[in-house]
Amino acid sequence: MTIFFQIAINGLLVGMIYALITVGLSLIWGVMNVINFAHGDFLMVAMYISYWLGFLVHMDPIISWIASGTFCFILGILTYRLIIRRCLSGPVLSALLATFGLSLVIRNFCLNRFSPNFRLLRKTLLGGKKIVLGGLYLPLPQLVTGIFALVVVFVIYYIIKRTRLGWAIEAVAMDKEAAELMGINTDKIFALLCGMSGACVGIAGGLLPSYLTVYPEVGVLFCFIAFVCVAMGGFGSILGALMAALLVGLVEAFGGFYIAPIFKYVVIFGLYLVVVTFRPKGLFGW
Amino acid sequence: MNKKDIYWYAFIAVLVAIPLIPAVAKNSFLGHVLILILLFASMSQSWNIIGGYGGQVSFGHSVFFGIGAYGAGMAVVKYGIMPWPGVLIGALTAAVVAVIISYPCFKLTGHYFAIATFAIVEIFNRLFMIWDWVGGALGLDYPLVEEGWKNFMWYETKIHYYYGALILFVLIFGIVRWIERNRIGYYLKAVREGQEAAESIGVNSTLVKLTAMAISAFLAALCGGFFAQYNLRVDPPMVMSLDMAMKFVLITILGGTGTVLGPLVGALILIPLQEYARALWGGLGGGVDLMIFGLLIIIIIVRQPRGIMGIISDVCSHVKKVKGIALETKGGG
Repeated sequence: MTIFFQIAINGLLVGMIYALITVGLSLIWGVMNVINFAHGDFLMVAMYISYWLGFLVHMDPIISWIASGTFCFILGILTYRLIIRRCLSGPVLSALLATFGLSLVIRNFCLNRFSPNFRLLRKTLLGGKKIVLGGLYLPLPQLVTGIFALVVVFVIYYIIKRTRLGWAIEAVAMDKEAAELMGINTDKIFALLCGMSGACVGIAGGLLPSYLTVYPEVGVLFCFIAFVCVAMGGFGSILGALMAALLVGLVEAFGGFYIAPIFKYVVIFGLYLVVVTFRPKGLFGW
Repeated sequence: MNKKDIYWYAFIAVLVAIPLIPAVAKNSFLGHVLILILLFASMSQSWNIIGGYGGQVSFGHSVFFGIGAYGAGMAVVKYGIMPWPGVLIGALTAAVVAVIISYPCFKLTGHYFAIATFAIVEIFNRLFMIWDWVGGALGLDYPLVEEGWKNFMWYETKIHYYYGALILFVLIFGIVRWIERNRIGYYLKAVREGQEAAESIGVNSTLVKLTAMAISAFLAALCGGFFAQYNLRVDPPMVMSLDMAMKFVLITILGGTGTVLGPLVGALILIPLQEYARALWGGLGGGVDLMIFGLLIIIIIVRQPRGIMGIISDVCSHVKKVKGIALETKGGG
């Protein structure tokens, strides 16, 4: 039974990180109907920033998430201004393809500059520490990162549901033309959303190097899992994205343990196909 | 009319081919690029049937491509026979697989459909990685057998591969040309423009889309078989990856979706770019070629979402307009 709970905890801890990455993707999908294919590469860039800050100036990931979050916020706004804005009038998937091009550029730039080597920060503040609770191990880096991610998700949720900015975002999501007539500057809202989306993934990426290795391809799998979570959760539903991410984390952990580690991603992607077969708009979609 | 069109295409292909033969015969790098252009144009054209004319943007075509490649590979490597029956079985399997996985997926729209096809590629990729019968992650390495059309394998010169690619190209372009002018092509376009409207006038949209998907998967698998014979090696990351699936989509989108010439135009631009960039800058620590590739994709999609065929038609209409104004001023003056 201990093993069961241990796996559940591991799954939830992974799921919390997935949740933060997914919410970033879900924000722009829900409002702009755009998928940012470079989302995983933003994560990779944030991880590299955090890694280099740790390696060169000995800044701990616990602090350097501020730097990587800010950087990805700007990166998100730039992506909107230079690429996504110009794709909005085109066919539905043109933004996806253009950001795929961006993802190629970013990933290969990092590959060229930083080499494909795996890099791991040593001597972080939390590295290797854990809490033992009634026979269950709670690794401290994962725990702090997971809880932090959850807090950021709730901050985003609060912004969307309880502030004037959030109401403006929801209005734009419901009806862009009507929102414009009400005096909402949709262009600014979209830019801000892309920035927020970047900040989410930047914060996640800033925290991750305290226990994950960094390499140019690291974002790809996270990006796919975020795609699956966001589609499983449903169109633009933050709560749905959170639930789907936690579910995917659990399924990954249990699938990896009870079936075979190599099958865990097959199980996740299979789960997605099963879910959308019965609910074509996701679990919480309408 | 239809038959005439096919002959016309074959004629043009032969016309194009003849002057290029000496360049290929020298076994040069150019020959390799030409073969890849023909192959990738054919692949993208097969995608164009469902993605362009049908409007179902599938990112899962590398699955069918991979099944075709594995069909050829298994026949040669595991059973030691010629690749032809393997390619045929692979193509039929791909068509069946396409119908089975598309039937539930066609209920999804837009991004949900796109992500479902991503998921399918990932599942197939991982399953083939651990499936020992098809070689697992090691893949299949071709043995050296007697060269010739029977084994579809040559070592001394690439010219025969070039002919093979040309036959494939003419076949697939002919089929798409025929579809475009045929009832199913009009049905497909009707479904793309408005599924409910098409259904209300009696088009069985599911049947039309499934048929198009099966044809598309069959042809993609044929290309996969050719690719395996050309590379003499098959492994999951090479033929069944998302990168390969993206190439189907990108080439077509770049050239212009839903047009017969679009895939050829896209391949004519992207493949030389990819191959020459790799040859020229591949040594600069890696990745420079793909960076340029990515930048080009961004620029073209941001500038003209309808692709290069869109740019061409813009230019044509502009020229017409200018001519029209000139005529008017002439008439008025």
